Amino acid sequence: MSQKVLLNSKEVNIILHRLACQLIENHIDFSNTVIIGLQPRGKYLADRLAHMLKEDYGIKDLEYGYLDITFFRDDFRRGDKPLEANTTHIEFIVEDKNVVFVDDVLYTGRSIRAALTAIQSFGRPKHIELLTLIDRRFSRHLPIQPDYRGRQVDAINEEKVIVNWKENDGEDSVYLINK
Amino acid sequence: MSQLSVNHLLGIKYLNKEDIQLIFETADQFKEVINRPIKKVPSLRDITIANLFFENSTRTKLSFELAEKRLSADVINFSAGQSSVKKGETLIDTVNNILSMKVDMVVMRHPSPGAGVFLSKHINASIINAGDGAHEHPTQALLDTYSIREALGEVKGKNVVIVGDILHSRVALSNIYALQLQGANVMVCGPKTLLPKYIKDLGVKVETNLKKALEWCDVANMLRVQNERMDISYFPSTREYAQQYGVNKELLNSLSKDITIMHPGPINRGVEITSDVADSDQSIILNQVENGVAIRMAVIYLLASKIKQ
Repeated sequence: MSQKVLLNSKEVNIILHRLACQLIENHIDFSNTVIIGLQPRGKYLADRLAHMLKEDYGIKDLEYGYLDITFFRDDFRRGDKPLEANTTHIEFIVEDKNVVFVDDVLYTGRSIRAALTAIQSFGRPKHIELLTLIDRRFSRHLPIQPDYRGRQVDAINEEKVIVNWKENDGEDSVYLINK
Repeated sequence: MSQLSVNHLLGIKYLNKEDIQLIFETADQFKEVINRPIKKVPSLRDITIANLFFENSTRTKLSFELAEKRLSADVINFSAGQSSVKKGETLIDTVNNILSMKVDMVVMRHPSPGAGVFLSKHINASIINAGDGAHEHPTQALLDTYSIREALGEVKGKNVVIVGDILHSRVALSNIYALQLQGANVMVCGPKTLLPKYIKDLGVKVETNLKKALEWCDVANMLRVQNERMDISYFPSTREYAQQYGVNKELLNSLSKDITIMHPGPINRGVEITSDVADSDQSIILNQVENGVAIRMAVIYLLASKIKQ
């Protein structure tokens, strides 16, 4: 098993600031925009971005939550193990809001498809955008593309992209691992 | 641990501690789902479930049906009253006929103890026991202990008394297994005629004085007197039963601490508990009903995930 560093902690930080600025460019004061982190791994990125937008860029009333898509996935009973659920935490209605989905890695696009269905349980959003830290292009099963991307990666299917977060894994970093 | 150790839910007896933990954690997520503006998820859209009720039921049947529909399963209902069972068809024949219509899962209530276990040996579908005679009613025990966990934080170490007709109760047996598996202390209380002779062998305390039992417990689960299962008289009169084993507000107020009151329903108001107790803040009876849907969704979801395509 070999591994290659795609992004180190400094690079992750620069990218996060750029993504935050791009969000502000489009959503200004976030008065009609909500950020939704996709469970399980998109939660950390959403936390980080929300913290950055509030502390570094002075966005006061930022609404954000986490969405678990387990029960909306299309591979139930197709894998070896059941799909374990995570917590959904959305304390607002997304009716007529601009929603920004946040996830760490965009790969086949199936999670995003599930999220697009799942979010409808909380109302009909006006507009939905997608932000991912890593975009594994050429791996898509569905016609889904990110609106904001941290870094594009050309990885083959045997390779795996691992995103680590300081609060959970001890450091901010992104690795490409050859399985 | 992310999978149940069993392929059917026939009784709490066949589960282990980790299974219950997994069911509770999954139910937590479904409880959030059923409180959304849109309360439905598409997980089980390719699963068909037959609800076979060979015995009357309102609450359990509605709760199962709702749980199935919230998971997007296709549902067919069957009640013995309107069926060929009356014409003499055997249980296996009835079920096999239904399974020929490509049903993946069977939820069954039956008056004979062990009907679910029997069926699981002869047919090829996942079976959930929704009550078999006076034997087990596993989903009721799961939702009862889940409700205790919700009200008191945890089940471990809590003192729980089950009051009333223990002899004819499947709820009592399943609750005893479920409570003990989760580390609670269990007591049964009722008139001697309604306590099974060897109940102590299950490792439970036995008490015939209601006041003493209530002083001991954190939670009292009041069972219904099952008149329909009584072939002889087990106590002189309903009035006398209510006086000896009914809980009223006065009795609750005389205790040294506030205890939680549960009831699996349907309530005989004025017999097991009076209206002011059933509707008081100490009662979690309606929470039990809400949790029933979440628990049943969790059980169905986890069992369905083990059905191979």
